Amino acid sequence: MEEKTARHNEMNRRDFLKIVGISTAAAGLNACSPRRAAEETDNGVAGTPAGEMTCRQFPPSPDKVSILGYGCMRWPTLPAPGGDGNVIDQEEVNRLVDYAIAHGVNYFDTAPVYVQGWSETSTGIALSRHPRDKYFIATKMSNFSDPDFGESVRMYRNSMKNLRTDYIDYYLLHSLGSQGARSFQTRFLDNGLLDFLVKEREAGRIRHLGWSFHGTKDEFDRILSYHETVHWDFIQIQLNYSDWKYATGRNVNADYLYAKIAERRIPMVIMEPLLGGRLAKLPEHVFTRLKARKPEASVASWAFRFAATPPMVLTVLSGMTYMEHLQDNIRTYSPLVPLTEEEKRFLLDTAALMREYPTVPCNDCQYCMPCPYGIDIPGVLLHYNKCVNEGNISQSRLDENYAEARRAFLVGYDRSVPKLRQASHCIGCAQCNPHCPQSIDIPKELQRIDRYVEQLKQDTL
Amino acid sequence: MPIKRLRQTLAAVCAVLVTLLFLDFTGTVHLWLGWLAKIQFLPALLALNAGVAIVLVLLTLVFGRVYCSVICPLGVFQDLAARLGHRKKRLPYTHSHPKNALRYGVLAAFVVAAAVLHAAAWFDPYAIYGRAANAVVQPLWMWGNNALDYLAERAGSYAFYPTEVWLRSAPVLAVSVAMIAVVAALAWKGGRTYCNTICPVGTVLGFLSRHSLFRITIDTSKCNGCTLCARNCKASCIDAKAHTVDASRCVACFDCIGKCTQGAVGYRFSYAKKKPSGPSPASRKAAEGGAGRRAFLAGSAVMLASAAAAQAAKKAEAVKMDGGLADIIGKKEPKRTTPITPPGSWSARQMQAHCTACQLCVSVCPNQVLRPSHSLSTFMQPYVSYERGYCRPECTKCAEVCPAGAIRPISRADKSAIQIGHAVWVKDRCVPLTDGQECGNCARHCPTGAISMIPSDPSDPESLKIPAVDTERCIGCGACENLCPARPLSAIYVEGHEVHRVI
Repeated sequence: MEEKTARHNEMNRRDFLKIVGISTAAAGLNACSPRRAAEETDNGVAGTPAGEMTCRQFPPSPDKVSILGYGCMRWPTLPAPGGDGNVIDQEEVNRLVDYAIAHGVNYFDTAPVYVQGWSETSTGIALSRHPRDKYFIATKMSNFSDPDFGESVRMYRNSMKNLRTDYIDYYLLHSLGSQGARSFQTRFLDNGLLDFLVKEREAGRIRHLGWSFHGTKDEFDRILSYHETVHWDFIQIQLNYSDWKYATGRNVNADYLYAKIAERRIPMVIMEPLLGGRLAKLPEHVFTRLKARKPEASVASWAFRFAATPPMVLTVLSGMTYMEHLQDNIRTYSPLVPLTEEEKRFLLDTAALMREYPTVPCNDCQYCMPCPYGIDIPGVLLHYNKCVNEGNISQSRLDENYAEARRAFLVGYDRSVPKLRQASHCIGCAQCNPHCPQSIDIPKELQRIDRYVEQLKQDTL
Repeated sequence: MPIKRLRQTLAAVCAVLVTLLFLDFTGTVHLWLGWLAKIQFLPALLALNAGVAIVLVLLTLVFGRVYCSVICPLGVFQDLAARLGHRKKRLPYTHSHPKNALRYGVLAAFVVAAAVLHAAAWFDPYAIYGRAANAVVQPLWMWGNNALDYLAERAGSYAFYPTEVWLRSAPVLAVSVAMIAVVAALAWKGGRTYCNTICPVGTVLGFLSRHSLFRITIDTSKCNGCTLCARNCKASCIDAKAHTVDASRCVACFDCIGKCTQGAVGYRFSYAKKKPSGPSPASRKAAEGGAGRRAFLAGSAVMLASAAAAQAAKKAEAVKMDGGLADIIGKKEPKRTTPITPPGSWSARQMQAHCTACQLCVSVCPNQVLRPSHSLSTFMQPYVSYERGYCRPECTKCAEVCPAGAIRPISRADKSAIQIGHAVWVKDRCVPLTDGQECGNCARHCPTGAISMIPSDPSDPESLKIPAVDTERCIGCGACENLCPARPLSAIYVEGHEVHRVI
């Protein structure tokens, strides 16, 4: 009973906010709070302003969402799990969350399966130390392994428990399209789960219902068409200057996704604005190209401005593991300076240039992990990408920098991945493949890298 | 430069460089200094390295046992131990009579042991030193390297790379430490006791140095009988009263020369006045060659390959969570009917006959394949196993460094055609059959293409594939065994060949 009353009051509060929201700003850009308290520094590093964060609002939702959203998939981890088995560094998470909220970040995106299943718990602990009306929680239905209705509902209720809340602001059908056409049909339609979630929305326990997407055009169009019956409050897509025109794997180019969703006036949450850091770790000449345009802006800030510039974007998620990343992103978005048309063309040209560097499109999301045979899949792929970006992949023994590149690759390989977890141990069972949102053929890539390692070791390249 | 200073300098340089051979796991030092191991007396004899043996014999016939004071690392080590033991005493030693019964007895026993039982490993001074350096000092060196690698990694440098420190054999470590400790204690107490009573090399060289051209002699016309020389002689070989020096025991350290206040003791040409007697023929020990040998059973101690620090991975319960690493169970050593010996050793018998168990190959093996044996008949001699790595096609390090001819030099091309063993498939453990997963990792990594993947169900060509080994093409390198996902025992393992074959 008490719960119900509380929710009732909450509804009233929201109705009130809705009215205020509509009357103050119809839609568009405005700072979350009028407060201006920029922290000044005089050492060349710009301070981290508080109270200038750009916010977006799409009526009828009353929510003024900060353009920077906190992705809770990459929380800092401990060297060994804590007493309760939690692998996350809770103290650090608390610090990051406090800092983010103090600087205007109010959207936190997690999922039951993130960080070995501990993300919701840790996020819940950190957020519950703040008033519930100061932030919005987004979490997901990650019923990949078992689409059973009962199990799925248990997962949904468990999320609320972990997050220490009795309502979820933004609830997503997690990663539709990533297991092909099966995902939406079996996980949400056949088992009646979608109807349940719509009812939960009517009851107010889910304030916005949406979905995140990795997959093909057909599947996307099909799920989007459900808008007429279900009414999607928001959709989460992968958007960045590399995917705008050159999406990899089965992913659909972001310009298409954006246009289709914007047509229906549905706000969008952006994921992978940095491609798991790949747009921050650039090949040298791409790096200098960006730096030459704006020496004082970080490379990452270009990607974040690109992702936030389209007007139908509600928030841009960033999985910020480190305080420095959080601070840099707050600077970028306090306030957001939208890209000019010319700047946008410049970034799209940059994306075309980057295609010459054949990195593996791994965003280190860890969905493929744990590999049952112990391989550190993202570890291997990221080491390979690092060597690609640093120009340390040789074509032949006769290459000018062959000796240095060989050493950098082999020594770096042993440093970043223990021998027993390297690609040579991949048996090719491909149990990882269905989990990869970027649809990388993981065994194929690992075995290709392993062959390259053999050539280096045997000096037969 | 006084002759003693020259001896000390050369000895220090030799000892440091030889020690370096046992520390360097990268194999770079061996390119430059490998010869220092190859000029060691017993290894040279076992390697039938006539050139080195003749030079050492001539060296001793001319200058006395300078080998024992300069080239032998155990000799230099004893000098160091003796110096520490006697650092407070002014006159530490006294003359003693040669313990001929003991030293000839030990020599005879050693020759018999070497020829019949192939146990040359036990008293070779160079090997005693090598084992201790490998077992005690190399881990420290490696940890130091890993610390530097840690720093280098943070500085973005590739100057160092991490290496694996592991206990290859506890019994061998214990024996190595015990032996060097005994030698050190003897030296601490009585100088070159080991060299003149036990060391077979010392005894053999003593036969020669007895007749060397240059020897320490006492000029009776100058000697005042003070016995300073005798009481500073670590070999206890100077009888000051009789004015004689036992050249068979003198290790030509030249300490006595400086101690004599009268200039009576000198290093002189000793055939100047007397009729020179022709150098006695070198009494070469016939340690080489193989006598009848029992077939030996597999050294079967199980060594647990400790897995890389495996993060406690959440077991995939009903819901698969993202991230984390699965536990990896360490590999267990399989029971091999025939132990594997490294390519270049040609056969178990020739390996056993020549190896002095100095551990130089073990020190330098970059793939963690070689380790000393526990088996009685081959105790401390290296053998091959694949829990931590496999005998990689590009590596011939052990063959390059072996000073004793136990592992003969081979090229990379030779290696790819030497069958040191053959792979055996164990159906019960094969992952396609136990886990129902596609695998073929053995076939993918076989350097000679000896493994083909065939359907597990002969009637269904689409069924999961299992390996079939063509033993005619298999060289026994262990890539399949090491990279097999079945743990702790692999589903494919290598059986050794007593005699290696060439394809």
